[in-house]
Amino acid sequence: MTHVKVLVRRGMHLGAAGQGQVRPDSAAQKFSAQQGKLMAQAAQSGKSMRIGEAGLLVVLSALALFSIFVASKAWTPVYAFHAWLFALGSIAAVVGIFKRYGARDAAWPVQEIDGRPNYNYGPIKFSAVIALFWGIAGFLVGLYIALELAFPALNFDLPWISFGRLRPLHTSAVIFAFGGNVLISTSMYVMQRTSRARLAGDLAPWFVVLGYNFFILIAGTGYLLGVTRAHEYAEPEWYAILWLVVVWVTYLLVYLFTLAKRTEPHIYVANWFYLAFIVTIAVLVLGNNTEIPISIFSPKSVIVWSGVQDAMVQWWYGHNAVGFFLTAGFLGIMYYFVPKRAERPVYSYRLSIVHFWALIFLYIWAGPHHLHYTALPDWAQTLGMTFSIMLWMPSWGGMINGLMTLSGAWDKLRTDPVLRMLVVSVAFYGMSTFEGPLMSVKAVNALSHYTDWGIGHVHSGSLGWVGFVSFGALYCLIPWVFNRKGLYSLKLVDWHFWLGTIGIVFYISAMWVAGIMQGLMWRAYTPQGFLEYSFVETTEAMHPMYVIRALGGGMFLLGALIMAFNIYKTIASPEASAVPTGRPALAPAE
Amino acid sequence: MSSYEYWRSFAASWGTIYFAAIFFIALIYTMWPSKRKDFEEASHIPLIED
Repeated sequence: MTHVKVLVRRGMHLGAAGQGQVRPDSAAQKFSAQQGKLMAQAAQSGKSMRIGEAGLLVVLSALALFSIFVASKAWTPVYAFHAWLFALGSIAAVVGIFKRYGARDAAWPVQEIDGRPNYNYGPIKFSAVIALFWGIAGFLVGLYIALELAFPALNFDLPWISFGRLRPLHTSAVIFAFGGNVLISTSMYVMQRTSRARLAGDLAPWFVVLGYNFFILIAGTGYLLGVTRAHEYAEPEWYAILWLVVVWVTYLLVYLFTLAKRTEPHIYVANWFYLAFIVTIAVLVLGNNTEIPISIFSPKSVIVWSGVQDAMVQWWYGHNAVGFFLTAGFLGIMYYFVPKRAERPVYSYRLSIVHFWALIFLYIWAGPHHLHYTALPDWAQTLGMTFSIMLWMPSWGGMINGLMTLSGAWDKLRTDPVLRMLVVSVAFYGMSTFEGPLMSVKAVNALSHYTDWGIGHVHSGSLGWVGFVSFGALYCLIPWVFNRKGLYSLKLVDWHFWLGTIGIVFYISAMWVAGIMQGLMWRAYTPQGFLEYSFVETTEAMHPMYVIRALGGGMFLLGALIMAFNIYKTIASPEASAVPTGRPALAPAE
Repeated sequence: MSSYEYWRSFAASWGTIYFAAIFFIALIYTMWPSKRKDFEEASHIPLIED
């Protein structure tokens, strides 16, 4: 590494950016030349296309041509639109690869600088910031459909903003777009830091990050325009899924290759949870999308099984999306970010291993509890219920492990609202994993199923656990990868915390009342044996609760907007306030 | 006995034993006394700054 008169990295450059990194080439000159001059210089410095770059250029060019061909023959306008998106996306990627080639060094990015790993934070920065964007979009759509439920006239009789289309847009935006990007960004950080190795791959991490967000774009626009498989949390059609599978396999390979070059011999437990998440989601998506497209020119596909088999596979998928996407992945966050923020090792490493194995052995069987009292064989329903109840143990073991990590550092909760957010998320994890098994008991389910109690339960998990642990992780991660001393304002984090927490409480308590009332009204009989209430009477009775729910959701959204402002100021202003890492002045003994 | 019944009972019995066995192997590995030090060190991985 003696030589290489290098053209300097621009903002776009993906190599060594971020915390505590030294540019190896102090002789580097500022890039200002035009593209042509640049290429000439590149040729002089002996720069050549890497195999990955050339290969991806060929594949993406072919994809662009193929997409244009499909667009020209598409059976529906929406499908043609999506084919054009694929074409434009591929062309943009081709241009991006060329520009990056022009700007990058001839040599590979170094693996280590001064004996420290040369971490790659570029893709992490992108996915962390875009997670926030998708989160706010998803919360906003959620608030809108909550208002539509309370005031149905708000759909203005327009098909695109009807509840049926916005609802999957909301769920996918918050789970897959927000949650997915949080998982990708934090996992890429954790895999590097706990392996003490630079992220594997050159273009591959960028392909994962950008490709995943392209999948979100295809899925989301599809819902609005009426493309759906009509399977809950699995709405994207076959072509979006095919793309996702390619992205996801690349993600797994990036993870595995990064682990393979680790300098830390032990694979830290957070990586196990992330890997379980990646592997299981791959299996689930493949299993639940066993479909045959009716034509390559049509967005529609037909599933190979139907009826109760379809339902069983769908809920095997659906519940494990909860178990491995919304739980295992975010537990990876918990096992890294809570110890890191509290500056204490996890309470019991052994318990974390038992947590891991028990969780993955049990979760995979819990799906049938979504199909109580249906055509599903009774033994399968009982199996789902039994395994759900057994899940109490690992869930609470994990919760206790997360909370007890703070033992001896509880005072930090007073001074650090980010840690408070993380800890409250773990408490919500415990609460919703207590409620879930309870609701899976057949007798309870007879009352709770199909009611808004289910919606309340999902949101105590998704807002309280997934949302808060994501916010906490992003509040830690973004200053780290953007090389800032700390957040712009901890006071604003405090506001976010309280608005969010009170919002969640409004949300879930309104849904408990609404759901249990709804369930009781449905099963009320008159002395003559007729149903006492019509369906519309139940919705009328729930109206006040729907308004309270929208209020809670609005507060949660407001908190997220405050966070976006805070993060914007953190990234924009280099002199952000330092995080109080030390202890505050000693308080008088109590 | 129909093949459905056969596979159902096979999965319910042998499947349970198989998975329980793997789980107990994992549990024994976790609780193995000489592993205590390794796990103690592993728990500090996020806190070691490089």
